[in-house]
Amino acid sequence: MAKKSDANKVVVRTKTTWKHALKRDWQLYLLLLFPLAMVFIFNYAAYPGLRMVFMDYKPAKGYDGSEWVGLATFVKIFKDADFHRALKSSLAFNLLDLIIGFPMPIILALMLNELRYPKFKKVTQTILYLPHFLSWVIIGSVAYTMFRTSSGLVNIALMNAGVIEQGINFLGEKWHWAVTYLLVGVWQGMGWGTIIYLAAITGISGELYEAAMIDGAGRWKRMWHITLPGIKSTIVTLLIMNLGRIMGSNFERLDQFGNTQVRDFQYQLAIYIYDKGLSGGKYSMATAVGLFQSVVGLILVLLADKVAKKLGEDGLL
Amino acid sequence: MAKKKEEVIRGAEVTSDGSRAINKFRISDFVMMAIIVILCLTCILPFIHLAAKSISSDAAVVAKRVFLWPKGVTFAAYKSIFVDGGLTYSMIYSVIVTLIFTLLGMVVCTCAAYPLSKKRLKGRTFFTFLLMFPMYFGAGLIPAYLLMKDLHLLDTMWVLILPLIYSPYNMLIMKTSLQTSIPDSLEESAFLDGASNFQILFKIVLPLSKPVLATLSLFYAVGRWNAYADNKYYIKTDSLKMAQYKLSQMVSSASEAQTISLSEAAAVTSTPEVLQAAAIMIVTIPIICIYPFLQKYFVKGVMIGAVKG
Repeated sequence: MAKKSDANKVVVRTKTTWKHALKRDWQLYLLLLFPLAMVFIFNYAAYPGLRMVFMDYKPAKGYDGSEWVGLATFVKIFKDADFHRALKSSLAFNLLDLIIGFPMPIILALMLNELRYPKFKKVTQTILYLPHFLSWVIIGSVAYTMFRTSSGLVNIALMNAGVIEQGINFLGEKWHWAVTYLLVGVWQGMGWGTIIYLAAITGISGELYEAAMIDGAGRWKRMWHITLPGIKSTIVTLLIMNLGRIMGSNFERLDQFGNTQVRDFQYQLAIYIYDKGLSGGKYSMATAVGLFQSVVGLILVLLADKVAKKLGEDGLL
Repeated sequence: MAKKKEEVIRGAEVTSDGSRAINKFRISDFVMMAIIVILCLTCILPFIHLAAKSISSDAAVVAKRVFLWPKGVTFAAYKSIFVDGGLTYSMIYSVIVTLIFTLLGMVVCTCAAYPLSKKRLKGRTFFTFLLMFPMYFGAGLIPAYLLMKDLHLLDTMWVLILPLIYSPYNMLIMKTSLQTSIPDSLEESAFLDGASNFQILFKIVLPLSKPVLATLSLFYAVGRWNAYADNKYYIKTDSLKMAQYKLSQMVSSASEAQTISLSEAAAVTSTPEVLQAAAIMIVTIPIICIYPFLQKYFVKGVMIGAVKG
C-alpha cells in the first residue's frame, strides 16, 4: 500500500549546521515547541513518579517523606494472590479475545467481498460499523438491558421460544459472563476490523480472478487460492501486532461489565491497578504493576516488530 | 480505482455466464447474505428494543410485553429526564469539552506533524522519537494521577482536555498524510518564491489537507465524547462529569441492585427500567444519527494509519 516514490529520488545530504537550520526553519521549530511542551508536561513529567516503585509511598508523606525500600514492592507483588489472579485473567481473556476475535473480521470481509449487490453491501457495512462508534458505557448498559436474567430481551425471547425454562444469568455468573463478555467484544470489533482486509482485497489484481474463472475455479477455490493468499501479509502483520498487545487491558470495557459476582474473571490488571492504587491507596504496588505491564508490553511490541520484519512483512515501528 | 475494476469483473461474471452463475451460487449467496443480515440485526435490534422501551408505559415494561414495538406510548421518561436537567446539562457540558478538546488537539497535532513531515528539518528523527515514545511506554495511572495533582488540574474541566490533546497516533496519521498527499515540488517552488514556512503552511498545506483535517477532528471528537475513564480517575464534582460517565453511574447503580437481589420481582419493579432506557437513548442518539455520515472519514483515517510514516 505504501507508495515509496520518494525513495527513488536522490537525496542530497549536505551537512546543515544548527545555526543554518535554525535560521532557515525557525518557524518550524517554533511550531514544534507547543507539542513538545505538551508531551513534556503531561507525559515525560510523569516518568519520575515511577521511582515510587522502589519506595513505600505514602500519599500523606509524598515522594520526599516516603521510605526507600528497594525491590521490596516487587517481591510483595509477586507474592500477592490478587496480582496472580489478575495476571492470569488478563492473559487468558486477551488470548481468548485474540482467538475468537481475530478471525471474525477476516471471515466477515471475505463474505462482504462476495456480496453481489453493492447497495446491500454498503448498507450492511455501515450497520456493522455502528458498535465501533459507541462508547463502552453505552455497550455495557445495552448489554445489561439485553441480558438481564428475567427482564432481558434475550432471555425473554429464549423462554418464549421454549429453548430454556429459566432465564440464564448471562452477566451474573462467571462462566456465562466470560462468554458474554468475549462475544460482546467480538461483536464490537468485527465490523470495523473488516476495513483493512477489504482494502487489502481490493489491491488484489482482478486478472487473477479472471484467469481463475476461465480455468473453472469456483467461488470457494477463488477465495482460498487467490483472496486469502492475497491478504496473507495483512493478516500476519495484524496478528503479530495483536500478539504484541496481549498484556494490555481495557479499563473501560472491564469496568462496564463488572459486578460483584464475576470478580474472579473481571479482576484483571487494569482493574487491579485502579482498585489497589486509586481506591485502595497502595500507590507503590499499583505503580509497580503498571510498570511491569508497560515494560512487558514494550518488549512484546519490539519482539513482534522483529518477527514481522524477519517474516518479510512491513514492521510496525 | 482497483475497486472499480473488480466490480466490473464481478458484473461481467453475472452477465456473461448469466443464469448458470446465478443458479450455481444461489445457495451460498443466500447463506452469506443471511449471516450478514443476522449480524446486522444484532447491531440494530438492541437499540430498537431500547427505543421501544423508553417510550413505553411502566406497566407494559414491567409485564415484559415490550419487545421491538412500544406499548402504551408515553414520553414521560424523557420528560422527567429533561425536567431533572442533570443529564441534559452534562450533554451540553460534554459538547463544550469535546469542542475545545478537538480544536486544541488539531492545533497541537498540526504544530507537530507539519515540521516533522519536512525531510530537511534538522533533528527530525530525534524530535519524532521524543514525540512518539509515550505511545509505546506510559508511566501508568498513579504517576499520572499524582502529576495531575501537582499541576492542580484534579477536579477541573481542563484535566479532561489538556493531557490528551497531543496524540502520537493522530500525529503519525497527519504526518504520513502530509508526506504523501502534498507534492514536494509545490512547496519547493513556493519556498523559492520567497514564501515563509508559515505562509506555506497556511496558504498551501492546510487548504490541501482538508480531508485529513476532517478525519482527525472526528477522531479527536469521537474519542473524547466516548471516553470516560479519566472522569472516573480525576473528577469528583458532579457538574464536571461528562455525559458518558453520568450514564455509567446511573446504570451501574441500577444493575448492581439487579444482580444482588436475585429474587426477581422486587428488583424489577424497583428498577426504573424505562428511565434507564431513555437515558441510554439520549446519550446514544447523537452518535447513531451522525456516524453514517462520518464513517467515510474514519475509514480514510484507518487507511492512512495502515500506511506507515
